[in-house]
Amino acid sequence: MKVLIPKSKPSKGAVGKTGLWRTSKPVVHHDKCIKCVICWAFCPETTIIRFSDNSVDIDYEYCKGCGVCANECPVKAIEMVDD
Amino acid sequence: MTSIKQLPYEEYFLAGNGSCPGCGLTIGLRNVLKALGKEVYMVVPASCSSVVQSPFPNSSAMVPLLNTPFAAAAAAASGMVRALRLKGKDSVVMVWAGDGGTFDIGFATLSGAAERNEDILYICYDNEAYMNTGGHRSGATPFGTYTGTTPTGKKENKKNVPFIMAAHGIQYVATASIAFITDLYDKILKAKDMKGFRYIQIFSPCTPGWLLPTEKSVESAKLAVQTGIYPLFEIENGVFKISPPSKPYLKKEKRKSLTDYFKIQGRFKNLKEEDIRLIEKWVDEISEEYSSMDGKKVI
Amino acid sequence: MIKEGDMVSIIEKKEGISNVKVVTANEAVALAVKCSRVDVVGAYPITPQTSIMEYLAKYVETENLPIEIVRVESEHSAMAVAMGAAAVGARAFTATSSQGLLYMAEMVYWVGGSRLPVVLAIASRAMGAPWIIGNEHTDVLLPREWGWMVLFPEDNQEVFDTIIQAYKLADSTLIPVVVGLDGFLLSHTTMPISIPEQSLIDSFIPKNTPKPYALDTANPFTHGNAVHSNVYLEFRYDIFRTIQEAEDLVDEIDREWEKITGRSYGGVIQEYLLDDADVAIIVMGASSGDAKQAAKNVREKYGIRAGVIRLRSIRPFPFKRLTKLANNLKAIGVVDRNISPGVAGMIATEVKFALYDLEKRPIVQSYIGGLGGKDIKVSDFENIFVELSQMVEGKVTPERAKWIGLDLSLVEQYFEEV
Repeated sequence: MKVLIPKSKPSKGAVGKTGLWRTSKPVVHHDKCIKCVICWAFCPETTIIRFSDNSVDIDYEYCKGCGVCANECPVKAIEMVDD
Repeated sequence: MTSIKQLPYEEYFLAGNGSCPGCGLTIGLRNVLKALGKEVYMVVPASCSSVVQSPFPNSSAMVPLLNTPFAAAAAAASGMVRALRLKGKDSVVMVWAGDGGTFDIGFATLSGAAERNEDILYICYDNEAYMNTGGHRSGATPFGTYTGTTPTGKKENKKNVPFIMAAHGIQYVATASIAFITDLYDKILKAKDMKGFRYIQIFSPCTPGWLLPTEKSVESAKLAVQTGIYPLFEIENGVFKISPPSKPYLKKEKRKSLTDYFKIQGRFKNLKEEDIRLIEKWVDEISEEYSSMDGKKVI
Repeated sequence: MIKEGDMVSIIEKKEGISNVKVVTANEAVALAVKCSRVDVVGAYPITPQTSIMEYLAKYVETENLPIEIVRVESEHSAMAVAMGAAAVGARAFTATSSQGLLYMAEMVYWVGGSRLPVVLAIASRAMGAPWIIGNEHTDVLLPREWGWMVLFPEDNQEVFDTIIQAYKLADSTLIPVVVGLDGFLLSHTTMPISIPEQSLIDSFIPKNTPKPYALDTANPFTHGNAVHSNVYLEFRYDIFRTIQEAEDLVDEIDREWEKITGRSYGGVIQEYLLDDADVAIIVMGASSGDAKQAAKNVREKYGIRAGVIRLRSIRPFPFKRLTKLANNLKAIGVVDRNISPGVAGMIATEVKFALYDLEKRPIVQSYIGGLGGKDIKVSDFENIFVELSQMVEGKVTPERAKWIGLDLSLVEQYFEEV
């Protein structure tokens, strides 16, 4: 007998390109960034990319634009701008 | 103590998931999974996490995950961990449940698993209401809170589940917060290596449910600790220990104003002056009680 | 009067098998669970199922068996334990009755949808209110709508054998299986059973097979997460298809079991005196013996060509076998020890559905009886055969449902009009 089972497999963008949900987007001012990675640790969406030198960037494809990173940045190196 | 920079790069929960912008639980979950690594089985009852993990045929979880009905998580995890141990597998079995699934409907199941001292790491991410249904009061909802079923404010206090769990005689109980991520991380690391039932309750703001601006989730969680309304502590083998992030705020003069905490959240819009005074009195009492208990065997 | 010991020696002589035990059906279930090398059991007491768990606990604790018995705080959790274990590839079991099944219901449906090969024994019992512990089959039949297969054996030997067959069926289809057994009539009644060599059982239901449905950290996936409305229908379709296609499989498994044990129960249906029958009774479980006796009696006494269709599999429902048998019958009485209030017996409604498309349909009469442990006697079955013959002759008109042993004077005596 043919036996079929449904499986949900891990995939990025499981609900689609969540960057499209955004109304404003975080912009990192690298000149101000102190590489504390607080923004990365608190990002709810795993869309702050942390590099080996602790500099950061944003994965705009999936960033929902919540603004937690900008709010938590101790030196205001992340700015939310209209998207 | 781990520093933020020491948190591992590895991620086990993927971007592009079903969480709301600013979601507190995903901040917690990401970092919990960082502490646990990939040898973990997740058991998730009905909750926001049912949605956050994303729908079939995809999943945002990079670890095996079993979804269960609302009241079943701790029992399903019991069956799972017994089966894994029979096979000689030592992986962590973690329940990841909301406060409704923990304080209310799942409570008998939770209590049963704790009484049996099953080898489970039970984590309750506490967003203080049934948020997946659109915001409805639970046993975790604090006094005075607006929800869909308490439109003029909840009349009762939050249930003290961490102490109830400690009274089960389990070896480890802790409260943690998504705003104190390294404290949370270290508590998970500590609990990871223990055997038997462990209970950790993580304060996790819900931006839509709390009528909270999306960028304020971490800020509000930080204030909950700094105002003393959500103290972080551990009860290890019955010994109570206030956690470093909460320690300064046991002193009344150090505590931030509750009004600052309440005013950024729409869910507290019904609070009157006398309500706030009542809550302040309660925070004072609890802080004093916890100060006197610090370092002592309490259960 | 044959004593227990005599029965053992009779069977030993007859079958030449030494491993014969005289046990209740509950102990037969527990022995079958042990012989099936179940890994994890969710245990919670309820009458009349309780002694299944007592026996299992005794075996595990005195024989040092590698079975994890999780003594949970509710039936809901008992099934959750079974699910959690099955989800990582373990062989899992639990048992319940009546109210316990109702409390467990959410989990039973969830396990059906999860396609996990759990086996659930239900020692049948009526449900309250009012409180009642007597036997009836309504509880066992509920999971037939919940994505489970439902098998219903007749005696203790068949109970033992059917538990093992149920694991074969569940493993082959990834549809969980309920094995129902008559509360008290079997659960608390001793009969001799013969236990096959363990090696035969091990080869019949091997454990170390690939389990692609099992969660594993080496190859993570998510089990049971949300689906959009556009695909939920397909989940249900595939469960429907699998259960429908399993009709032949239940027959095959029974034949395979016969090869190794010499015992066969007819697969989905056990037929009795049906070759030349005009009228037949459809019945489940322990009452079948009385129905068979009645068929023999009315053949001798009245020359009625009577037979018995013992329904052994309710899911899959035996559409193929039943329609074939019905082609030669003039009337069928479906004796339901269960009730669909305001409609008829639950099996009768399904039998009517199954036979509606036949060109030459037999009369199908629903009989409701035996609820809450009320007796259905051999004479009741005889009367039904007689009545069915009269229906064939046009002397009695069929009704939507007829009642066995209904005493309306009790209603008059104890019920107050408001």
